[in-house]
Amino acid sequence: MNRRVPRWVVAAATVVYLFLHAPLVALVVFSFNDSKFSATWTGFTLEWYRRLLERDDILDGLRRSLVVGAIATGVATTFGTLLALALARHRMRGRQAVESLLYLPLVTPEIIVGISLLSLFVLAGIPLGLTSIVIAHIAFCISFVAVVVGARLKGMDEHLEEAAMMLGADEWAAFWKVTVPQLLPGIVAGALLAFTMSFDDYVITSFVSGSGSSTLPVVVYGMVRRNVEPSINAISTIIVVVTSLLIYLADRLQSARLAPAGR
Amino acid sequence: MSGPVVQLVSIVKRFGSALAVDRVSVDIQPGEFFSLLGPSGCGKTTTLRLIAGFESADAGDILISGERVNDRRPYERGVGMVFQSYALFPHLSVARNVAFGLEQRKIAKAEIPGRVNRALELVRLDPATYADRMPAQLSGGQRQRVALARALVLEPRILLLDEPLGALDLKLRKEMQLELKALNRSLGITFIYVTHDQEEALTMSDRIAVMDSGRIAQLGTPAAVYENPRTAFVASFIGASNFLSGMAESLGDRRWRLVGRHGTLVVRAEPGVMVEAGREVRIAIRPEWMDLFPPDQIPAGENAVPGTVQEVIYLGETIHVLVALDPGDVVTVALRNEGQLIKPVPWTRGSRVAVAWLPEDCQVLEPDA
Amino acid sequence: MSRRRRVLAWFAARPNASGYALLAPGMIWLLLFFLAPIALMLAYSAMKRGLYGGVEPGFTLEHYRRFFDPLYLDILLRTILWSFVCTVLCLVIGYPVAYVVARAGRWRQWLLFLVVLPFWTSFLVRMFAMIFLLRDSGFINGVLLRVGLIHEPVALLYTPFAVMLGLVYGFLPLMILPIYASLEKLDVALLEAAEVLGATPWARFTRVIFPLSLPGVVAGSLLTFIPALGSFVTSDLLGGAKQVMIGNLIQNQFTVARNWPFGSAAAFVLMGVVLVAVVGYLRRRDAGDFVG
Repeated sequence: MNRRVPRWVVAAATVVYLFLHAPLVALVVFSFNDSKFSATWTGFTLEWYRRLLERDDILDGLRRSLVVGAIATGVATTFGTLLALALARHRMRGRQAVESLLYLPLVTPEIIVGISLLSLFVLAGIPLGLTSIVIAHIAFCISFVAVVVGARLKGMDEHLEEAAMMLGADEWAAFWKVTVPQLLPGIVAGALLAFTMSFDDYVITSFVSGSGSSTLPVVVYGMVRRNVEPSINAISTIIVVVTSLLIYLADRLQSARLAPAGR
Repeated sequence: MSGPVVQLVSIVKRFGSALAVDRVSVDIQPGEFFSLLGPSGCGKTTTLRLIAGFESADAGDILISGERVNDRRPYERGVGMVFQSYALFPHLSVARNVAFGLEQRKIAKAEIPGRVNRALELVRLDPATYADRMPAQLSGGQRQRVALARALVLEPRILLLDEPLGALDLKLRKEMQLELKALNRSLGITFIYVTHDQEEALTMSDRIAVMDSGRIAQLGTPAAVYENPRTAFVASFIGASNFLSGMAESLGDRRWRLVGRHGTLVVRAEPGVMVEAGREVRIAIRPEWMDLFPPDQIPAGENAVPGTVQEVIYLGETIHVLVALDPGDVVTVALRNEGQLIKPVPWTRGSRVAVAWLPEDCQVLEPDA
Repeated sequence: MSRRRRVLAWFAARPNASGYALLAPGMIWLLLFFLAPIALMLAYSAMKRGLYGGVEPGFTLEHYRRFFDPLYLDILLRTILWSFVCTVLCLVIGYPVAYVVARAGRWRQWLLFLVVLPFWTSFLVRMFAMIFLLRDSGFINGVLLRVGLIHEPVALLYTPFAVMLGLVYGFLPLMILPIYASLEKLDVALLEAAEVLGATPWARFTRVIFPLSLPGVVAGSLLTFIPALGSFVTSDLLGGAKQVMIGNLIQNQFTVARNWPFGSAAAFVLMGVVLVAVVGYLRRRDAGDFVG
């Protein structure tokens, strides 16, 4: 640690780190607590995890979350990558408008996205269920992937494709042989992040899922509101662990060093 | 095969409202080391990219080996290129980088390693050591060589080089300059080289096109461009020049009398240089064409302007004397250093001197625009 | 020429075309499923309320007028105020963390990861963690009871304090990351120069560090303020029915209260506040106000 950082600042930062992580740690620890009441530690148990397995709503919710996540991630990653490529490598008029539309979902409150989509689906007669959820998730994930892949593109030497072309590769060959291998860590990182966002989404999904097809977050929300037993801790722990893994992977991929350009 | 290998006929390229290349015409001969030289923004890189095919010309023709290639994509032109940033494929080893073009051409797999190794040896990289290394493990100079090998392995007729030595340190740069020149001679490939470093261009080129604001200001051999600069731009961009001026009066036989601030000067114009009598004319005199004399000992037949020495600068090989001329302006005179400890220059700050040069030893300049 | 080459040549002759072709799928999706719905919502907000809560043809501004009712103005102002307080708190709490991570050297990657992780963890789970801590049978009360500081559980949940705590906890990482990005670019040599010129630590902070981190501070504030404005999960779970933010109001209109036009109008008022903040930021940024 640089010795110029004042001690009190380090201390303050430490406290904040604890603030950020202690509640989650407590949550995880008490998911193994052999008691319905959270105040005291009475013993280790996996009871609450076992109970999760008995709950159809949790299992169904998990299944739906995974299906929606997989489809939405696949489509959003493709569309988002194409968008990032277009913005980074091609000239076009109306670039500002495109970028505005691309970044707008990132700053729009989720509740607005949720209710507006609900209105559209009802008007258009699209049934509220897996279809509507997937459509919605793709919509808010595209921008995300585009930003992540775009950042990776920025760090790439823009002459690589030109070099390939001077060696006889046309645009298609150059794209697959040079651009994609370079871009792959960014694309995968974007996909992992998109999946995480889709998997965790509550607000938008709650509006467009209708009554029958709840994803995991919607089920958990219901459980939290009714203040049920430590099974909530258990499912929360699972969600936290899975998410952490995905984010760790994405983090490693994004910092995978781009080979330095000629300078 | 006779005739120019690359021909640019009145090429025009615009970016929005900016004119990057303004009716450039040039014939490049086979096997030539041809340089495009100029400051940043002069259009030299754009011209190179037009030849490569990355930009398309708004007007004019680009011919390679006599064929019009304006509509051909870069991968269809049979031209090699080395980029400023080397542009090595980071995810491929050195050998696979060099083999890339061969694989694209679907050369027989058995042949590839042999050709790759020969190309690496050509640029003085030992295949056994370097073939399996990744670009990230190489130094700047080594990456440079791999980029070169990658282009040369395809045996192109023409090689385009976009300021390839810019990122190297001085010593390596000078080494590479000589190697590039040697490759150009031994392989017989036409090199088209873009640089902003005038020393580099003078060292390596058979001919130089000095560019300014999208136009070619002067095209000629290094000697022609250095010793007979046509415009003030060329005279100051290449080497150093002192500038003086005066009203022109014809003396016949391309000789002119210039009357101005600095007294009466007699100059001789190069053939083809336009001088208008009665107009203000500028001349350029390189520091090494001038000499210093005591004010009362001016040799006959030489121009002379009196002045006072401002500064004497020791540069090792030469001594630069800055002289403030009586009528105004400061000129730099370069004297050969014959050993300051044995035969020192007789001038110091404050010495009165006359700056002198022969009428043939200065350049009458054409107007820039 | 092969077919592929012909297609590529076609695109090459039209420099804009390839860009548009790549953009098309994503842009069409966003136009259809992001922009169009919002436009629809705008239309709804000016239509009459139908029998079952939907819309009926007929232009009206009654829903917007309803907003001037003290009840709703109250909600709007409370939302803005709370979001503002949350942003300020996040700034004060988060700045030291950003600073430490930016100057961390070897541990930087790990420290950064430890900030990024809560950011990506499900918002819902993190709010539940707050409930877990704050409720009557929760962790905090449990500890206090055991230690004997109190004899009855303190009502921590369903208070404004709980909502604010939840908001700060939820959005803190969003403040830290942009400030970190700004501070990371800070040249330590500047601080050393300031010190040599006689600046005290406080002066170094106010006159060198903070101004140079301003772009990050503003970006972080925006990224905190906007989601806070639109949040309803936090106020729903941690505030009960008592702490109503505009997000809760909107959600209410689309579920229980069944008044979509009014809900849309409320959403547009929220959108208006967001746009004011974003446009204000972009204007000042382009004018160079935040040049670090």
